[in-house]
Amino acid sequence: MNNIKAIWEANKVIASFTIMGLILLFVGMNQSWALALGIFNMSLISAIMALGVNIQWGYAGLFNVGIMGFAALGGVSVVLIAQQPVTEAIDAGGMKMFLSLIIGAVTVITGVLLNRRGVNKWLTAVVVVIGYLITRYYFSEAADLIEKVDPAITGYLGGFGLPIAFSWIVGGLAAAGAAWWIGKITLGLRTDYLAIATLGISEIILYVIKNEDWFVRGLKNVYGLPRPVPYEVDMQQSEWFQNIIAWLHKSELQLLTQSEQIDQLGIYVREAAVVFVKLCYSSLFIAILGAFIILSNLALNSPWGRKVRAIRDNEVAASAMGKNIKRQHLQIFVIGSAIVGVAGALLVTYDGIFIPTAYQPLRFTFLIWVMVILGGSGNNLGSVLGAFIIWFIWIQAGPMGLWVVEMLGNNIQEGGVFLEFIEDRVHYLRLVFMGTILLLIMRFSPGGILPEKNKEL
Amino acid sequence: MSDSIDIINAFALLTNFVILPALSYGSQLALGALAVTLVYSILRFSNFAQGDSMAFGTMLVILISGYMISKGWTITGFPTAILAIPLALVGMSIYLLLMDRLVYRHYRGIKIKQSIVGITASIGVMFITGGIVRFFLGASAQRFGDGERFIFSVREFKAFTGLQQGIALKTSQFLTITLAILLVAFLFYFLQKTKTGKAMRAYSDNKELALLSGIDPDKVVRITWLLVALFTTIAGTLYGLDKGFAPQQYHLLLLPIFASVIVGGIGSPIGAIAGAFLVAFSEIFLTYAYKKFLIYLLPLSMHPNSLVQLIGTEYKYAISFVILIIVLLIKPTGLFKGKVIVDE
Repeated sequence: MNNIKAIWEANKVIASFTIMGLILLFVGMNQSWALALGIFNMSLISAIMALGVNIQWGYAGLFNVGIMGFAALGGVSVVLIAQQPVTEAIDAGGMKMFLSLIIGAVTVITGVLLNRRGVNKWLTAVVVVIGYLITRYYFSEAADLIEKVDPAITGYLGGFGLPIAFSWIVGGLAAAGAAWWIGKITLGLRTDYLAIATLGISEIILYVIKNEDWFVRGLKNVYGLPRPVPYEVDMQQSEWFQNIIAWLHKSELQLLTQSEQIDQLGIYVREAAVVFVKLCYSSLFIAILGAFIILSNLALNSPWGRKVRAIRDNEVAASAMGKNIKRQHLQIFVIGSAIVGVAGALLVTYDGIFIPTAYQPLRFTFLIWVMVILGGSGNNLGSVLGAFIIWFIWIQAGPMGLWVVEMLGNNIQEGGVFLEFIEDRVHYLRLVFMGTILLLIMRFSPGGILPEKNKEL
Repeated sequence: MSDSIDIINAFALLTNFVILPALSYGSQLALGALAVTLVYSILRFSNFAQGDSMAFGTMLVILISGYMISKGWTITGFPTAILAIPLALVGMSIYLLLMDRLVYRHYRGIKIKQSIVGITASIGVMFITGGIVRFFLGASAQRFGDGERFIFSVREFKAFTGLQQGIALKTSQFLTITLAILLVAFLFYFLQKTKTGKAMRAYSDNKELALLSGIDPDKVVRITWLLVALFTTIAGTLYGLDKGFAPQQYHLLLLPIFASVIVGGIGSPIGAIAGAFLVAFSEIFLTYAYKKFLIYLLPLSMHPNSLVQLIGTEYKYAISFVILIIVLLIKPTGLFKGKVIVDE
């Protein structure tokens, strides 16, 4: 018994990842490869997000309750970078919008400068209010003009029409900018302030996205974002792809007649195209995730990483050693949020559509938290493992819950209304389930599945 | 018509659409903020589950009052929800004490940063609570008020005074303000005059000293959760009677509530109340469309064409956030010298 335990301890990482891989293989063989790869890809994206949160929480003990907002900023940047510009809308209200934003920026800068110079507070306030009113006047006019341009299809300014890969970097930068601003104000004060401020900013970012139609179409969603990988339809028509599939299924196809062969090949090609596209995404995400893991592990084991952990474990001592704690925290908060922003951009790239209402705090903020804590805070591989486990449960818990309810339904004849009620609401129990997982791990295994190795310096 | 009548009309308009709503919204926030402040002073963490706890209390009230209505146990003209509060209070107290026993108590016993572990745990509780509420009542909005909607309506007011603009006093507004005054008076009496209240204050000021003088920490914590249950349930019910019940809305109340607490100074009950009214009045004053108000006051040539709304209604939560940021920048201790601005 002790032997097994020792072997498990020694090969924990490999063993747990192998088990997870086998489970996904099982899903692929029994349900469908497209589903298994779908879970795999989403797990990879979640893993990148969890990595960003792990850097904040695990490395430095910083509280980010606004992961959703940073991910949404990444999503917005995909729309702004990759969509084609809408020239009519730009002609209609682009200049006015630009002007109003400039006036707004000038107002803010003047306000800050006046405040720094120590000019009378009331005077500063009056200047800011007047600037705000002018901005708002031009702004609402411009927004109206833009939103009137073909509202069913466009009604927004569009993007820059650049390759989508740029948007991942821009998404990271946008999230980093927001994080810098929030961190600058709240870090150095009580821990809770950062949590409250991130909660607030993430909700506000979403309110802006949902309500400013001229910006990224608001609740009308943005469809048909360009892709970094080939389209399924193109794959189906390309000859080399068909030849490969034909070769792969050679033995099965030989048994059929000529016309049946063509039909069957068509089915195979269609299935294979979906899988192929998903595999393209997978390799892309694996490359990005791998790069982030290598970089953050290198950083963690460098003098910088030791400093960061020293601050986390004993702020007073680190401060006495002359480390600037606030600056260090700000740096880490910005880096972590930037990674979350990149992951948010990747997510929208993968979905191909931008839906503001899809951003739910539960799905984005809370689930990522559970991933990090379950996997093992402070351990990057732990976060990745946590992402895979939690996402798998998240996707499969719904069908399994329904299955259980239906099984019960077959056995119980009476109480149909009650069962219908449960079937209708059972997905809300995922909230309860995930909350319970979080609390149980915190209580009974605070290190998570793969605890941080170099906890003691 | 003479000018003075116009001025009275303008202010009647303002009272009806701004001052009364802000007073009742402020009272609801104040009750929620007091609950957060209580948890903070005694248990030393920011309770992120507050919004969802309010939803939980309201859920109990909705379920109980629904049952009461179906049995006909109502008083004509009086909202049944208020009659259901005592029973809901029992349920809420049990729920909070259970959560304390299962979740929070463990961490009080070990040496660990209470603020961080408290937030993490309360976020867990927040999602569990939110999940339970959504499971029983669904995620969509609903109204559960019955009885008379108005103490006096706009028409009655107009007939009585002869003014062009009327003021209506909704039952929910009247109840909110009355109950809030009663509860706040009770809380201050309790904290200042009773032995248990004094023990709580001592515990909050200096835990070690309080323990040395023989104060029972478990009792203090228990009483705190009971008070939190009282404030949470009533705040949630009043908010729901006023604006309808929607779980997501309650969850988002966290933001104005935290803003109120921080503006007033964390850990200070008076601060929480002042902060709540500041947040409520700014929210409603800034999102009100002043067009009609200005038409009464300004000469014809200066009548506005636009709505004269400073900030769109959809951004009302942004206002509490901005207030929060301004306070953190200028005076992080809050208006009434809160406890601490950096971690202990």
